[in-house]
Amino acid sequence: MAAATASRSGLRSALPLLAPAYLWLTVAIFLPLSAMVFFSFMTELPLSGKPWTFTLGNYAAFFSQSLYLTLLLASLRLGLEVTLWCIVIGYPAAYVLAKVLKGRSREAIFLLVILPFWSNGLVRIFSWAMVLREGGILDTALNAVLPFKINIDLMYSYPAVIIGLVHSYVPYMVLTCYLTLQAIDDSLIEAGRSLGASRLQVLKRVIIPLSMPGLVAGAALIFVPVVGSFMEPRILGGRTGTFYGTVIEDQFVAVFNWPLGAALSFILLAVVLVILAAASPVLKREA
Amino acid sequence: MATTRILEWLGRLYISVLLAFLYLPIIIMALMSFNVSPFYQLPFEWTTEWYASLWQNDQLIAATWNSVEIAVIATVICTVLGSAASLALYRYEFRGKKFLQALLFPPIAIPWLITGTAMLIFFFGVGIGRGLHAILLGHVALALPYVIVVVSARLQTFAPELEEAARSLGANQWQVTWRVTLPWIMPGVIAGGLFAFAVSFDQFVVSYFLATPGQTTLPVEIYAAIRKGFTPEINAVSTIIIVVSMALMLLTARFFKFGGEK
Repeated sequence: MAAATASRSGLRSALPLLAPAYLWLTVAIFLPLSAMVFFSFMTELPLSGKPWTFTLGNYAAFFSQSLYLTLLLASLRLGLEVTLWCIVIGYPAAYVLAKVLKGRSREAIFLLVILPFWSNGLVRIFSWAMVLREGGILDTALNAVLPFKINIDLMYSYPAVIIGLVHSYVPYMVLTCYLTLQAIDDSLIEAGRSLGASRLQVLKRVIIPLSMPGLVAGAALIFVPVVGSFMEPRILGGRTGTFYGTVIEDQFVAVFNWPLGAALSFILLAVVLVILAAASPVLKREA
Repeated sequence: MATTRILEWLGRLYISVLLAFLYLPIIIMALMSFNVSPFYQLPFEWTTEWYASLWQNDQLIAATWNSVEIAVIATVICTVLGSAASLALYRYEFRGKKFLQALLFPPIAIPWLITGTAMLIFFFGVGIGRGLHAILLGHVALALPYVIVVVSARLQTFAPELEEAARSLGANQWQVTWRVTLPWIMPGVIAGGLFAFAVSFDQFVVSYFLATPGQTTLPVEIYAAIRKGFTPEINAVSTIIIVVSMALMLLTARFFKFGGEK
């Protein structure tokens, strides 16, 4: 990097520029996360006026009641399913974008694919409600086309939650896979082909291994937020939409058992960190 | 080469199907916001009644203003603090720099549910409390890492010799920064600012935990409305939001290439 300027000065010159940003992050992110860990070991929230002591009870609640563990597993399964669907749908799209389309049409379509991703997630989830409900667009359209009568009422079901989440997160997968696929030299693919490898062999032996960092990055970026999702299951899942995230939400906005909510959040954070740590060796190869 | 052409054709077809999947629900939502039937019944009959009734909904209008205000203030704070930090990370070598750069990723990677609830606990515990100021505090923290990453990416394309040249021609540190470096990274700063605006304006989860009745943002208000029951009014306001945020991102794309295109 800027070796010439770098040697001149160090932390002392950097500090005034860095301090405001990092102080802000400390106050609004790092201290709250530490506080959450701290509060998760308390019986009551301090400052609430009630006496409090340290306890392991909040964690004991997680391990003694199978409900929480079941919901955590359900959320992990949801994360896994959504991630797999995103790979199945997103990877081929990334491939077409990176290797088939050229020039301006590639640029335009790439932008179109990732554009919804940067619009409001809540609103996009809500938009599915109109499509999936009974008497909704999907129902009406299919009944207009099909000769027999069917009832499509996917609203408030597990598939609805999956559809909504895949719709929300698939652009991530397209983005990360596209970036790695684009970096693959076309001559590598041609070399494989001219040496007698079939298309499938080239895909398996050359393209997929080389695009692995993108796949893993996409998977991590999707899996982590999906496991912690609560708004999507609430809107599209209705009564079937109870997951680990919705239980945490309840502790804070309905039940007001903050220490338990903190413990549940921290357990989720631990799970998330383990997953990110597991993904990082593959991601480091990219750098 | 016939197979190649068929495969290419299939690829294009596939992308079209994906685009349909991505845009269909949004388009349907937009259409329904102009439909007479409040229960989204077909046949379609045109009306702008739902948009008109939005103007009567004081709660939604107040929440919209809150959202805009917070997003604008957060954008200004983020671009200033973020650009300064990026500049420092680019210009100087010091111990712990790698650590500081690594610290930018937890805010991006940790689910907002966890960050949001942690903020709620901490802000409540230390007396900052809830409300618009707490939401602003949170939004800036969420958007700041994005700004630093985007501006840093732009700085990577900067030639340090330019600073050297300016300095050897007698410019002081301020002049170098103001006249040479800043104009060069401006596209990155603008893109970062637009990112920050989008992150703040679209933010739901963190705002949700930090909002109080009367001090909410638009997404929080919409979520509450959805849980009470769907109405075309929500479609109308949602359509406006989608159009605004997509326009913003198109604007961002003009300043900043996402795809790493050559």
